[in-house]
Order: sequence, then C-alpha cells, then structure tokens
Amino acid sequence: MQKKILIVDDEPNILLSLDFLMRRGGYLVFIARNGSEALDILNKEVPDLVLLDIMMPDVDGYQICTYIKSTKALSSTKVMFLSAKSKESDVKYGLDLGADDYMTKPFSTRALMTKVQELIPQ
Amino acid sequence: MKERNSKQKLIAIAIGAAVLLNIPILETVNKKILVFGFPLLYFYVFLIWMVLIVLLYRLAHQKSK
Amino acid sequence: MSPAVVIISSIVYLGILFLIAFRAQKNPRKSTSIQSAWIYALSMGVYCTAWTYYGSVGKASRDGIDFLAVYIGPTLMAPVWWIVLRKIIRIAQVQRITTIADFISSRYGKNISLGSIVTVFCFIGIIPYIALQLKAISESFEIITSQSTAQTFSGSILKDTSFYVVIIMAIFTLLFGTRKIETTERHQGMMSAIAFESIVKLVAFLVIGFFLVYYAFDGFGDLFNQALANENTSKLLLMPEKSGYREWFWITILSALAFTLLPRQFQVNVVENTNENHIKTATWVFPTYLLLINLFVLPVAIGGIILSKGEAYNADYFLLHIPMMFDQNLLALFIFIGGISAATSMIVVETMALSTMFSNNLLIPFIVGNDRLKMKYGKHLSAITIWSRRLSIVFILLLAYWYYHRLDQYYSLVSIGLISFISVAQFAPALIGGIFWKKGTRKGAIAGILIGFAIWFYTLVIPSLLGNSAFGQDLLENGLFGWSALRPQALFGLEGFSPISHAMFWSMFWNIIAYITVSFNSTQNNVERNQSEVFVDIFKYSAIYENTIVLKGKASVPDVIKTLSQFFGEDRSAQVIRLFAKKYDIDISDPTNIADPRIIAYAERLLGGVIGSASARMMMSSAVVEDDVRIDEVVSIVRESQQLLIANRELTRKSVELKNALDELEVVNIKLQENDQIKDDFLSTVTHELRTPITSIRALNEILFDNPDLETEDRQHYLGIVIKETERLSRLISQVLDLERYESGRQKLTLNRCTAFELIHDSVEAVNQLIVEQKITLDIIDNTNDIELIADKDKMIQVFLNLLSNALKFVESGDGKITVRAEVVASFMMFEIIDNGKGIEEEFQKMIFEKFFQAKNQLMRKPKGTGLGLAICKKILDLHKGKIEVESQPGIGSTFRFYVPLYLDQKIKEDNNSIE
Repeated sequence: MQKKILIVDDEPNILLSLDFLMRRGGYLVFIARNGSEALDILNKEVPDLVLLDIMMPDVDGYQICTYIKSTKALSSTKVMFLSAKSKESDVKYGLDLGADDYMTKPFSTRALMTKVQELIPQ
Repeated sequence: MKERNSKQKLIAIAIGAAVLLNIPILETVNKKILVFGFPLLYFYVFLIWMVLIVLLYRLAHQKSK
Repeated sequence: MSPAVVIISSIVYLGILFLIAFRAQKNPRKSTSIQSAWIYALSMGVYCTAWTYYGSVGKASRDGIDFLAVYIGPTLMAPVWWIVLRKIIRIAQVQRITTIADFISSRYGKNISLGSIVTVFCFIGIIPYIALQLKAISESFEIITSQSTAQTFSGSILKDTSFYVVIIMAIFTLLFGTRKIETTERHQGMMSAIAFESIVKLVAFLVIGFFLVYYAFDGFGDLFNQALANENTSKLLLMPEKSGYREWFWITILSALAFTLLPRQFQVNVVENTNENHIKTATWVFPTYLLLINLFVLPVAIGGIILSKGEAYNADYFLLHIPMMFDQNLLALFIFIGGISAATSMIVVETMALSTMFSNNLLIPFIVGNDRLKMKYGKHLSAITIWSRRLSIVFILLLAYWYYHRLDQYYSLVSIGLISFISVAQFAPALIGGIFWKKGTRKGAIAGILIGFAIWFYTLVIPSLLGNSAFGQDLLENGLFGWSALRPQALFGLEGFSPISHAMFWSMFWNIIAYITVSFNSTQNNVERNQSEVFVDIFKYSAIYENTIVLKGKASVPDVIKTLSQFFGEDRSAQVIRLFAKKYDIDISDPTNIADPRIIAYAERLLGGVIGSASARMMMSSAVVEDDVRIDEVVSIVRESQQLLIANRELTRKSVELKNALDELEVVNIKLQENDQIKDDFLSTVTHELRTPITSIRALNEILFDNPDLETEDRQHYLGIVIKETERLSRLISQVLDLERYESGRQKLTLNRCTAFELIHDSVEAVNQLIVEQKITLDIIDNTNDIELIADKDKMIQVFLNLLSNALKFVESGDGKITVRAEVVASFMMFEIIDNGKGIEEEFQKMIFEKFFQAKNQLMRKPKGTGLGLAICKKILDLHKGKIEVESQPGIGSTFRFYVPLYLDQKIKEDNNSIE
C-alpha cells in the first residue's frame, strides 16, 4: 500500500519542494500550512510519517509532535523534524519529545529521501 | 490537630447514631402511638436520621474552612 | 397502557441517558468542583436498585419498618467515610487499583489466587442480583402494559422485554465503560448518567409518595390513622414480632459492609472519586438521598394494602398499581421509567466492574502466568485485555438473563439482594483488616474468605436450591449426615434467627476467626510485608511513594520499556519512562545499565492500572531478574524512606531561607544575562531567518538538477521561486547590515529639504501595484500646506514603505482601508498610517519595534517579512531625533504615528550646544 506522508511547514516554497520530492518518491502526500491544519488532518488520517517544521505561527511543531506521540490512534506514525533550529540542544529537545529523526534546514534532498525511506520502507 | 479533633467527632457521631438506632432504645419507641400524625417508631427513626444529616452537614462545612 | 407507548418512552429515556453520558464524556473538564462533588454523591445512589425501588414497598407491606435497616447501615457508615473510605481511595489511587478484587489481592502481596477467588465469588454472588434487575424491568413492563406473565414467557426470546434490556445495557456499558484500556481512567460520561438516574428514581418516588398521601389520602395523619384502625396494617407500624430487632441489627451491619464492598459501590465510591474532598459533600448528601427515597416507602405500602381492599395485587409493585388504580397512566409511566433508571444504573456499573475483574484478575494472570500461552499471546495482551472486557460484559449480561429465566421463581425480590450482600460481606475482614492491621496475611485472608463463602453457600444457597426436594427437606430438618448441628438454617444449634441473620452471623464469625488465627500462624513474604506497610500507613507513604521500593531486581531500561510497550505502544512507553526519569533525575542514557528500582516500580504501577496489580507484578518479574530480598532489608528500605521524609521536612524549612537569598541574587543575575541573551537571540534568529530562504533555494535547485525531465512550465515556476527567494535573502542581508550600521552609529544621514506630499507619493507609488491587486482603499490626507521639512528623504521613504507594507499584510483584501495622514504639530511633522487590519494586542505594542519580535513570538508571526522592518524604522527616526509609536485595538485596526522635526539641522546644532 502507498505510504502516507504529512508535510507541515508554514513556508509555501519549502512545502512546494517537499511535496514534489515526496510525490516523486511514490508517497501519498498531505499538506498542512500551519499547526492547526496539521491537527485537522491528523484527526482524519493516520500518516506513516510526518515531516514537521517547528517554528509556526499558531500551534508549533513541538506541540504537534507531543500530540502525535500521546495519541493512541497515531502510535504507528513516525515524526521527523525539519527545522532551521540547528543547535545541539534544539535537536536533543526534539528527540526527547519522541521524534524519530531530526534534520536541520537547509537539507540535502538526497539525504532527506534516504532518511525517509529508512523510516518508512516501502 | 483540628483534623484529629473532627475525626473524633465523626466517630462519636457514628457510635451515637448506631446506639440510638438499635435496641434497647428502639424498644422504648416501639409503640402504636401517632405523633403529629406519624407512627412513633417511624417518626423517631427519621428524626434521628435528620439530626445525623444536620450534624454531618455542619461538620463537613466547618472542615472546609 | 399500550406497549408501544411504554417502549417508546423507555427508548427516549435511554436516549437521554446516552446523550448525557456522551456530552459529559466529550467535555470532561466542564463541570465545576461543586458539580463533580454532587455527581459523585448522587452516583452513590446506584446503591438503590430496582430492589429498593419496588421491593422495599413489598418488604414494608410484610414486615413494616424492617426494610429500613438496609439504608440505616450505609447511613451509619457515612460519618466514618472520611476515615475509612478516604483511606481506601488514597490506596487505590496510589497503587492504581480499580476493583475490589485487585484491592484485596494487592494488599496481600499482589497474589493471583486471592484475586481470582474474590472475582469468582463476586460473579457467583452478583449475577443473580443483576438477574433480579432484569426481572424487575420485565415484570413492571408486564404490569404497566397489563399483560399476563404467561404470555411473555410462552413467546419467543424476541418478544421478551428483558432480552432487549440486556442488549441495550450491553451497548451502553460497552460504549462508556470500556473505551480506554487504562481502568484508572475515570468514566465521567457514565457517572453523569448514573447521577442523573439517581435523580430520576428519587423524583419518581417522591411524586408517587405525594400523590398517594395528599391525593389518595388526606395527608399523613389520615393515612396512618386508617392504618391503625386496620388489622392488616396496624402491625406494620411496629418492629416485626418474629425476627424483630435481631434482624434489624444484623442487616444494619450487613448493609454497611455491602455499601463498601459491592463491586459497583467500589467502582463509584472509590475508583470514580476525583477528589478526596468530595467525600465531605457525599457524607451528608447521600444520607439525605437515602432518607428522601425511603420517606414514602411505608406510606405507599400501607396505602397499597388499604386501597387494594383485599384484591390480590403483588405488593412488590404497589408503586405501579396505585397510579393505575386511579387511572393515572402518565404517572404510572413515570414510575415505570424511575424503575428502569434504578435497574439500568445498577446493571451498567456492576457489569463494568465485574468485566474489569474478569480481565484483570482471571484472564490476564492466567495468560501471563502460563509460559506457553504467554509466548503465543503475549504480543496481543493489550487487545486481549480490552476485548475480554467487552466480551465478558456481554457474557455477564447473558448469564444474568439465563439465570433470570431459570431460577427467578425461587426468590422474592428482597431475598436475592440480601443473599448477594452476604456474599460480598465475606471480603470485609480481609479488606478492613488489611487497611488497619499490618499482621494480616495472605493465607489468613484466603482462609477467611473461603470459609465465609462456604458457610454462605451452605446456609443460604443450598436451602433455596434444594429446599423443595426430599433430600433438601431432610437436610433442613435433620442436618448433613443426620447431624443436627449441621442443619443449614440452624447451624450449631443456633435457632430462632431468620435465614439471613443466621447466615450473616455464622459466616462472619468463622470468617473473622479464620482470618485472625491463620494470620497469626503464617508469615508474610516480602512483597506482602511491604504492601501491608503501605496500605496501613498510606497517608505517610503517599507523598514518598515513588521512593518506596519493594522490588530489588535487575533489568535494563529498554527491557522495562519493552514490557510496557505491549500495552502502551513503544513510543509512548519510552516517553513516559523518559519523563519519569527526568522528574526524579535518574540517568537512563546508557541502555546497558541496570534500571533504577524506582523506574521498575513505576512501570509496574502503570501496568497495574491496565491489567491489575497481580498481573502487573508477574509481567514485571518476568522482565526483571529478581534478587532475593530479605525481610529485614525491605523493612530497612521502608524505614529509610520514612526517615528521609522527616529529614526532608527539616531541609525544607532551611531551604526556604536559602531560597530567599538566592532569589535576590537571581534577579541581579538575570539582568546581567539578559544583555547576553539579547545578542545570542539576535544571532540565532538571524541564522534561522537566513536558513529559511536558503532551504527553499537549495531544495528547488537540487530538484531541478536531479530531474532533468521536468516540464518547462514547472521548471520556469521553480526557477521563479528561486529568484524570489534569492531576493528575499539579499533583502534580509542588507537589512541586517543596515541595522548593524544604525546600532554601531556608523549610519549617517544625507539631509535634504522635502515635503510630506513628496514623501507620501513616492512611497505610495512603490506599493501601488499591491494596493490595486488587493483592492484596498487608500486615502491620503495632507494638512501640511506644503511646509517643508529637513530629513534624509530616502530613509524617510524607507520608513513609509515599511509601514505601508506592514499595513498591507494586516488588512483583508477587498475591504481593506489604509489612510495616510500628515499634519504639523508644533515643530514636528506628524505622519499617521492607519489601517483597519487585525490589530495588535496591547501587550505586544511596545515590543514590536524590537528586532525579530515577530519571529520570537510565534502567535504574531506572519508568513512574509524579515522581522526587521519596524526595528529599522525606529532606528531611522531615532537618528532623525523623532519618535514612532503605535495605537491599536485588536480586531479594529492599528495606527502607526511618527514625528519628524521640521528643522533637523537646527535641532542637531542645539543638541551639540547643550552638550558643550
């Protein structure tokens, strides 16, 4: 079955490129332009992976990650932070929240695809 | 200290009510007499019951202060 | 009344219940503390079942005031709830206990056999009691629809009302009782519905009471005077001669015990308690409830007898017959609904409690304890737990249904209830002893319960099962093997007691003796020892519970997480353990290290909430290589933590003084750090802001590079974005550099003469396209009469552009309105840029001129912009010796206002003079 990926980012141009990459990678893609859209989608869909920005206007990425990790229905959903926050302490904090991976922006698209395939092998 | 005090009061109330609602005291009111239109035994039991409730109400509200 | 009307009303009533439960479940935090205290107190009313509702009247019509003993018992207990019930609640909360079986098994070393014994006995004792409720519903249905009993019984199962009751109850319990796997989770929805049912049955009873006393009769005086005159009823005003005070005494004690021990009461009184202070409310509310619901029982019984004038009505259903005698069909219907509420609340809560016992104390321990089963099903334990609970709900209800059809002829309504009471009363010595007496042992508890239960069975169940057979008659008259001391209803020659008080006395007598003597003659193992300490001294321990460890074992953190993950999922398990470790400062970074015992104990308690303490114990010990702990070691661990607690108090006092000193130091320190922090923040925000466009540029370029097959259209689109993002990047860089120049003081102004008109028009020109695109109304009000001012024209336009583009971002396209106003105020020229956008919260108004304010405050962050614009505006105006301010009302709009001196060159000179 086609794996589902939810991309959450408030930068339209980053969304655009991630959307393109994941479609090319053969995934079914959902897009959220902010935190509350992401939560709406998570109430309806169970994605296999969520690519998650951290700094967003309404609900931030940390909150969404915590929500995913504490919701039983989403127990199979993996979370990868994609954030410009690149300090070691930021990365540790993200992983401590239960995220499965953390990539800093700007990222290499190839490295990203490799990591995604590792997390949710098709 | 206060907590202890009210605990003792509660136990005293329980014992008091248990004694009042048992033999031999019940025997003294077990008579075919009407009081305010109620049978004496029935009247007595409900009266004690109500007094108990009032005491408990007062104690509960005093404690919460 | 037509069956259709009755059925539809019942369904509407049950629909209301679903609605209440559903709404409370959805907004669990909506109710206030007072509300939830009342819900708690009222839900205790689940004690009053259909047996109370219909049966009390029947009992009163035979034995007068005797029926009251069942309610006097719990009432007399109420004063000591604060002592006893609160202790049980605290223990259950700390140890995550959810049923009476789990409570007892947990106290005596988390023992499985004890838990399963209690569970099995609960099933045996309670199922007939559930059957009784079904009987009450279907009989009352027959009466109100005036059908004969035979008609219903001869029909197929599909025509049987109680069968539909079973189905609806199963759905209700499944929906609201087993949604979450953790049974420590409370069922707000269900409890609100139960509290509502308590109100319904009470109101129904009061209404019929008033109807009888003031409509059918002429007040209490009239009713009781007629009762005195009537031979059949005058005896009801006194204690019954035969059983009398003895029955009263024993049933008072019995019902006081049952009120704490019945599985449904344990569920409502203990598990569903959200706040110990709610007990205070319940202490007086619940006795009041009992008083009110019993107030009219005797009048209804007497009234029923007088009104029936010798006709044979079933006294158990006087409540229904009376309104029907007066053709008050609506009233009868209301009474019927009250009866349904009494029966359903009992069925739902009791079934839920029994199903939890079944899964946590019988099934899961069995699977976990058996290596082969564990290998086979270990991975699915979480699903098994929840499904076994669901299936057992259906199973229990069907069993009760079966029982109702098989055996209901044997008993009147009242006796089944009391027989059930005595069966659960057998847990009293083990439970009460367990929380007040440290020496009670597992063997003692098992011995007491088994003996008590055996006597219960022999003295109450056997006679009623075999009473009609020849063997039964012989047994009753001559005793087992012809020994008259073994007569079931006159054990050891005790005669003259009613069967109920007789069974109560002997079963409790031997139960207590067995519990105490066996306890004295057996020893506790270390788990038991520790549990007994914790149970008896719970108020001392609950504060330091996390540090009271029993289990000294070796397991790695990943092992613990693996065990938990069978129920909570891997990620969540890892997360809770990580949080726990963080809270207690336990290092779990090295996965090969042995886990801290506190983590093991914590994990065990978490599991306990799902599958019961005994099963949890077994799950953990299979993951943990246990060291043999000597008893003195356990005791010393417990002592140590006690001493720690005392030492802690000392420390707390001293540390308060220290803390005050520290606080002062901190204030100074914070000020010092703030400056550093601002620099740090600026740097990290700049990097963050730079990374964002770079990310898009890099990603899109790589896409273009890796996908030469892209359509030209897409290619053009992506390249366009790359160009725009590059522009954004360079804009950001130049702004950062700008700002840096202002801050370091290297930025100089190039002053020229200009008019407000020029400034405004040059700026508006630059954003005109956007204004047209977004269909925004722009008004320019220039009241300066072309007075000139001296300023750096380019910089001033920069200010305008920044403010205008901000305004454009804030307003809605279509009905947006922006006004630019200029005016001379004293020696300044004042400009205002007014928009009707979403405005700025007052708390933010001062901060928005700080650099990167928007990025730091995510609520305010907008998709576009660098976050430096306003900071630069402020710098420019500072340099012009002017000022900028904002006025705004959220939702209405914002006004940015800035002042520029008309004669800047003079002003600079003046300033220089004053410095000299």
